[in-house]
Amino acid sequence: MTLEERFDVILAAEDKIEPADWMPDDYRKTLIRQIAQHAHSEIIGMQPEGNWISRAPTLHRKAILMAKVQDEAGHGLYLYSAAETLGVDRDQMQTLLHQGKHKYSSIFNYPTLSWADMGTIGWLVDGAAITNQVMLTRCSYGPYARAMVRICKEESFHQRQGYESLIRLCSGSPEQKAMAQDALNRWWWPSLMMFGPHDTDSTHTEQSMEWKIKRVSNDDLRQQFVDMTVPQADYLGLVVPDRDLRWNEERGHYDFGEIDWEEFWAVVKGNGPMNRDRIEHKVRAWDEGAWVREAALAHAAKKEGAIT
Amino acid sequence: MSEPVISTAPQGAPASDSSDPVRALVAHADDNLVLAQRLGDWISRAPELEEDIALGNIALDHLGVARALYSHAGHLEGKGRTEDDFAMQRPEREFLNALLVEQPNGDFAHTMVRGLLFDAYQVELWTDLSGADDSTLAGIAGLALKEARYHLLHTSSWVIRLGDGTEESHRRAQAAVDALWRYTAELFEGAASEYHDIWRKVVGEVLDEARLQIPDDPYQRSGGRRGFHSEHLGPLLAEMQWMQRSHPGLEW
Amino acid sequence: MTYEVPVAPGESAELEETADLATEVWPMWEVFVRARRGISHVHIGSLHAADAEAALQNARDVYTRRGEGASLWVVRSSEINAFEPDDISDYVDANEKPYRLATTYEIPDEVGHM
Repeated sequence: MTLEERFDVILAAEDKIEPADWMPDDYRKTLIRQIAQHAHSEIIGMQPEGNWISRAPTLHRKAILMAKVQDEAGHGLYLYSAAETLGVDRDQMQTLLHQGKHKYSSIFNYPTLSWADMGTIGWLVDGAAITNQVMLTRCSYGPYARAMVRICKEESFHQRQGYESLIRLCSGSPEQKAMAQDALNRWWWPSLMMFGPHDTDSTHTEQSMEWKIKRVSNDDLRQQFVDMTVPQADYLGLVVPDRDLRWNEERGHYDFGEIDWEEFWAVVKGNGPMNRDRIEHKVRAWDEGAWVREAALAHAAKKEGAIT
Repeated sequence: MSEPVISTAPQGAPASDSSDPVRALVAHADDNLVLAQRLGDWISRAPELEEDIALGNIALDHLGVARALYSHAGHLEGKGRTEDDFAMQRPEREFLNALLVEQPNGDFAHTMVRGLLFDAYQVELWTDLSGADDSTLAGIAGLALKEARYHLLHTSSWVIRLGDGTEESHRRAQAAVDALWRYTAELFEGAASEYHDIWRKVVGEVLDEARLQIPDDPYQRSGGRRGFHSEHLGPLLAEMQWMQRSHPGLEW
Repeated sequence: MTYEVPVAPGESAELEETADLATEVWPMWEVFVRARRGISHVHIGSLHAADAEAALQNARDVYTRRGEGASLWVVRSSEINAFEPDDISDYVDANEKPYRLATTYEIPDEVGHM
């Protein structure tokens, strides 16, 4: 059996590819791309929510938010580790992110403007992420699939806390409910954009599905998400900002309007509201930490020298 | 080393009354809340990912202790005040935290040195209070003691790494000790001198290993426990209390 | 795909994998957790740290946030020696030694559980 045949047999058997296995170079590249972007997204994703830790309205909400943002750091770390099994270094990936050569999910290029954004991000953004991540626990690459199992387990509280916090706002004062509606208005479309271009315009989908890195297409996942969230918006008494949204009895799904693809590509290319701020924040933290990282290494070297 | 000179708070300040159990609980809760608020600012700004997570854990520990102490204080006081009433509805002058914890994060060395000085104090405090007659307080203290011991381990190993790391890290760590040392005597105000002695020994050993000097500056600041703060607390509270102040009386 | 960024028209799909680093990086460690007494340590993930003490503290903070671990080991990743899957199958084929497997022996039912 050739190496390539062996790889195909493992895939066909729904078995996992492990780091030391031979794999096609493009499989490896596709994985690095996807895992690195996923990791970067978790790390940059700490900022929009981190923006509200100091202002959370109650100590209970402050604790939840802090734990959630901290979880995101953990998830980024697990994912970087998974990418490292493919022979790329975490610090190199971070440096490439800082240089704008690696990207992260566009959703985090939108600003968090009110407290209701915290609940809405949990509900919609984490909701969209879960739709996708549950699929990724079945991904063919072992370290990625294992990282996703751990992440999904830890993340189960993220979406629920968000929705629960919105229930509180929507059953509160008119001012609170308006805050929630305003947040939904701003986050709905960017959330739908998270699923990416239409399948017909998606360059990677077909190959990724064949390799079992990706298991459901962009449009199918997006439809799943809409079908799931519209009744949840109804329950909250909030209006989804889409005039074309209606139940299609025949299809058994919601029909919904077209995404503003111009905005979509503008944000992907770096021209969203917060693209620059996010990277500046990240680079500043990294640069300001350089002397600390160096000191730790210098101290470790001294200690090793002392022992031998 | 010279004996510390403790500055007195402005005339007319209400004296700290340690015989008032509610007041004592609130003071300890305030320490923990203010420090949690400070540490929360590090999340997404730490030198490495691992440290983002570590600082997040420490912040969450302090926040948890603050909440437990406020709730217990509210219960003892019997006026129906909740943890959020204490945290969000009191003006600056009613906050009784020590000045040390409200000092700005500064660089990573400042945050670690502030942590070391405070954690060494808290380990003693919780050891003491875990034997309190008040069984609720003793329970909170028992849990907090475990956490404080880990915080002390984390901050002391960092202070050693920084003090005995590179020239730059040594310089920064020494600057932090010099800046923060004057906020330490306040932690032991009204306590038997043995407590301060034990603390000096614990902290002294860490600083020794870190090749850092205790500043030869006898001047010590005080006043936080009586509600007289530095200018740093006001902005912290303004930010923390902003939601409750601008939308009064709502549930979140 | 949720966290995957699409390739914008006119942009290269090729992702760079190496960058010049301004500073040296913390080495990588593998983390093993024993969830409770009586069972073995199991590999749970990896992390970066400058020294063993920091690696242990980081392991506690990163991998036991929900009280998962009773005992932790950390090992420098570079210290791990490994047999690659292909090497192992070159040397060992369990099917060649069926007498090592309990199921190859027939014991009469009346003897009871064995």
